[in-house]
Amino acid sequence: MTSELEVVIRAEKLTKLFADKEVVCGIDFKVEKGKCFGFLGPNGAGKTTTLHMIEGISPISSGSLSVFDYSLPANGKKIRTRLGIVPQEDNLDPDFTVIENLRMYGVYFGIPRDILETRIVELLKFMHLEDRAKDKPDRLSGGMKRRLTIARALVNDPELIILDEPTTGLDPQVRHIIWAKLRELMLQGKSILMTTHYMDEAERLCDELIIMDHGTILDQGSPKDIVSQYVESHVVEVRGEFAALIPDFQKMEHTRLENYGDTLFCYSDQINEVVSLLADKSKVSYFSRPCNLEDVFLTMTGRDLRE
Amino acid sequence: MNYYQLPSFGKNAWIIWYRNLLVWRKLIGPALVLHFGEPLIYLFGLGFGLGVFVGDIEGMAYLTFLASGLVASSAMMTASLEGTYSVFTRMVPQKTYSAILATPIEVDDIMAGELLWCATKALFSGTAIIIVAALMGAVESWQAVLAIPVVFLSALCFTGPAIVIASMSPSYDYFNYYFTLAVTPMFVLCGVFYPVSTLPDVMQSIVYLLPLTHAVELIRPLIAGTEMQDVGLHVFVLSFYAIIFYYISVIMVRKKLVV
Repeated sequence: MTSELEVVIRAEKLTKLFADKEVVCGIDFKVEKGKCFGFLGPNGAGKTTTLHMIEGISPISSGSLSVFDYSLPANGKKIRTRLGIVPQEDNLDPDFTVIENLRMYGVYFGIPRDILETRIVELLKFMHLEDRAKDKPDRLSGGMKRRLTIARALVNDPELIILDEPTTGLDPQVRHIIWAKLRELMLQGKSILMTTHYMDEAERLCDELIIMDHGTILDQGSPKDIVSQYVESHVVEVRGEFAALIPDFQKMEHTRLENYGDTLFCYSDQINEVVSLLADKSKVSYFSRPCNLEDVFLTMTGRDLRE
Repeated sequence: MNYYQLPSFGKNAWIIWYRNLLVWRKLIGPALVLHFGEPLIYLFGLGFGLGVFVGDIEGMAYLTFLASGLVASSAMMTASLEGTYSVFTRMVPQKTYSAILATPIEVDDIMAGELLWCATKALFSGTAIIIVAALMGAVESWQAVLAIPVVFLSALCFTGPAIVIASMSPSYDYFNYYFTLAVTPMFVLCGVFYPVSTLPDVMQSIVYLLPLTHAVELIRPLIAGTEMQDVGLHVFVLSFYAIIFYYISVIMVRKKLVV
């Protein structure tokens, strides 16, 4: 018998309707303990709604959903005592200082005072906020607010941390700090579930990914497997007067073309062929790079603007 | 979730109450100016200024008559302002409730906590008026202490409608409907400044349907040291409004927050 990993979230035919409109359409997935699991998808794909159902905040319309083997929606309260939730929009309490925000949140969880105070000191240190403990949130930068929101989600020492777009709108330094912290939490044995539309974030952090669009799951797997399954190894992005070259590209084997706006994307496993054709052309500019999740994502969900 | 199930009261409600108390404590300066300054101005200005012309009214000095009316109306005002502006702020722009709902605390706990808090805040302002009135010699009896629980009950009765308004309004501006069409008419018509018996008969029967009238009629004799009448009826009307509107407000907020 193969050893089976413990499952923290199990969803079967999970469905959510808002006023008769299906926003999550019967999806199945499971999240294993100690892993980082990512939901990737454009705006309106149903990612946040799925998280809200898992958190027991939004009631499920049909199907079944269980977290830590407790079924939802009946056990929302029990489940939330073991969850750390980082919402998409900061909702820190503006009337309280940094340390008071953490303390109040601990009180919501009913954590005994002495344990809480020790944990708050650790969390301020972990998120590099010791110097700002007495500031109110409006004095903090966007990155500090996010770090405080993550620290707040850790106040109950959760087994599963759920983050909705944890680094959206943050500068590169902060994003790298947050990724490092999330990896540290995984080393401590915590499970992570996150949504993102940053492909680099998903590739860096996630062991397993679900690609979602229009409330359905398009595919699931490790970032590497998904990339190799859906796109070629490399892509050359060509700009300028490339129209005349298209027939030549089309003759090449292992090459797939996508024209979007002013750019021609040449996906290929034989990158040299493509580049040699372009090398002596003066009216085009190009650069080549390995394919990544972004290419998969745009290939799968299309290039239409989503708002 | 069943939006219509009866509201639950758990001990978590006190955590919400405690949160609001902590925030209130941070702003204690402006709060005290409001609680003590306002009645002081009303009682000096109207009590002494107007009192000279009015003389005694229903067997008591006008200052006593007015002070007892203001204790009741402050319960209404405080609960109405807290239940609309402050609750709306925590529910919508500040997203305090969404942050709290990510913990084991549930909507019913938040609502029960807010109800207790709005009534507690009214208790502060009502007590402040009784103290100011006592210092001015307008309190005639020690039974004025019993007005404090009546203020609490009256505030419970005005909190529900205020939260209903907060849950329906797209923005702060919509509260004007409620304040202009409900709160101000009660302030002016329900016997705070003059006896209801001076109104035309038709008006009197309408005014007796309004909760503030009953709050005034309970509180006034307690402050003036006169005999109380129809206590059961007044308590029933206030409790009736409190229960019905609290239930409606919980349904409305559940529908807004749990989707």
